[in-house]
Amino acid sequence: MNPVTDLIKNLADEYGRERQHLLPILQGVVEQEKYLSEFSMVEIARELDLPASEVYGTATFYSFLEYKKMGRYIIRICKTITCSMKGKNQVLLAIEDMLKISLGETTPDGNFSLLQTNCLGFCHKAPAMLINNEVYTELTPEKVRDILSSYMKKQ
Amino acid sequence: MTTNYLLKRVDFIFKNENDWEVILSKSINRAPQELINELISSELKGRGGAGFPTGLKWKLSAEAVNAIKYVICNADEGEPGTFKDREILSRVPFKVLTAMAVCGHVIGAKEGYIYLRGEYHFLRPELNKAIVEFEYYCKEIKFDFSIKIFMGSGAYICGEETALFESMEGKRGEPRNKPPFPSTSGYMGKPTVINNVETLAHTFTIFKYGAKRFYDLGVQYSRGSKLFSVSGDTPKPGIYELELGMSLEDFVEEFGDGDTKAVQVGGASGFLVPRKRFHETAIGFQGKLTGISLPTGGSMMLFNSSRSMFNVLDNYLEFFREESCGQCTPCRVGCQQLLKGIKAVKRGEKNAQYLDKLLRLTETMQYTAKCGLGQSVANSFSSIVENFREEMIY
Repeated sequence: MNPVTDLIKNLADEYGRERQHLLPILQGVVEQEKYLSEFSMVEIARELDLPASEVYGTATFYSFLEYKKMGRYIIRICKTITCSMKGKNQVLLAIEDMLKISLGETTPDGNFSLLQTNCLGFCHKAPAMLINNEVYTELTPEKVRDILSSYMKKQ
Repeated sequence: MTTNYLLKRVDFIFKNENDWEVILSKSINRAPQELINELISSELKGRGGAGFPTGLKWKLSAEAVNAIKYVICNADEGEPGTFKDREILSRVPFKVLTAMAVCGHVIGAKEGYIYLRGEYHFLRPELNKAIVEFEYYCKEIKFDFSIKIFMGSGAYICGEETALFESMEGKRGEPRNKPPFPSTSGYMGKPTVINNVETLAHTFTIFKYGAKRFYDLGVQYSRGSKLFSVSGDTPKPGIYELELGMSLEDFVEEFGDGDTKAVQVGGASGFLVPRKRFHETAIGFQGKLTGISLPTGGSMMLFNSSRSMFNVLDNYLEFFREESCGQCTPCRVGCQQLLKGIKAVKRGEKNAQYLDKLLRLTETMQYTAKCGLGQSVANSFSSIVENFREEMIY
């Protein structure tokens, strides 16, 4: 059996198969796979006995439930007011320059995806970004280069 | 005329209290009606931004007849410039958990949920640990109440209470029509109390120290203290607990950098106050203290004279355009058109009078949008365009 099918079955066993368990299951798949493929969404629909369109409609509503293939590390840089005022663009340029990708893209080795997001709630320590679930604050171009280097070494 | 209210620091929320077990045991041995009366006489109002009286909210759910009810802690803190709820959950989680359980006792609910925004996923392990310890104690004193965390996935609109229920029910986070209100028909159609994190933390203070200690703080219609998230052009960004009713002038004196041009009160969905109106603006819920009184979820963003108000508005509108759930036309199309409109005026493709048309559009949104998101776009839009019109044009 496909590993995603297994994963979905396990998640449904853990959370339940009612409609109110859909979001935790979608999140569980994204946690593992980094995104929801059409195959995953159809499999979730089958497992929960829901129309696939309902699963797709729900999944695509949420900005953290990606439905395009993503890298191992998803960088989400905050673009809302305070981060934007405190030098977000310079940080973004430093990331783009280092990873050789633009916003919305994934590095060819599949390690990093670069996205923007709305207010992360770290306005007092702007600019801020998330790498997967990890938060980084008071960023500068130098600091973000160090952070990314440490991720590159992790591989 | 200048007000004489001095900025008064308060230390309730983050005060280290190691007696949550005592407060919980004591409170659940009190009659629900007595606790409701305590909350009502404290005049605590919701700290998420809307300012609904908390005691009344609990009372309505307590009166609703249903075997199943829910208590939900709204931790979908997404308003730009707000970051207090995260701090409460990471520093004093037991106050919030205790308050949820006391609410369960008052309304007759056995299940509680914390709806935690996806951006705060990193809080989850510690919060889970606190919940395990909390539930263990509840079992020990034979009090039947459980708390689960429900994770959001990056949607600002889910902070709107009915959108939050939809999201928990596995659907798109699209707000419902009201009525029915959550107190009779909330999560899964059951009577539900949904409170902001900070509101719950204040009820802990009230149950511990009594309504009077809380009521004695603040001013008429705006009792108690409130956490303020201070950011932007300020030498001391951070979270501060202050008495309600303060004047914006005093606030700027304390937190400004000496060159404050305007303050955004209440985040992107709040109001921008220009320097010339600092002295007549108070921070509270209602009532005319001196001039206008602005409610707030606690977001205070300061801008100095190096900032362009066009860019500020542009940033807010882009935020709203992306976060609008798209369900109702006034908000979905309105946000897009406002953003397009101010850009067209700035580029000279539309004349300055076009701004008046856009202002009328925000009025329409205020009356016809289904929920608070679409209705409140008018707040920042009109307060920025009316006060900084020249910056919008050229």
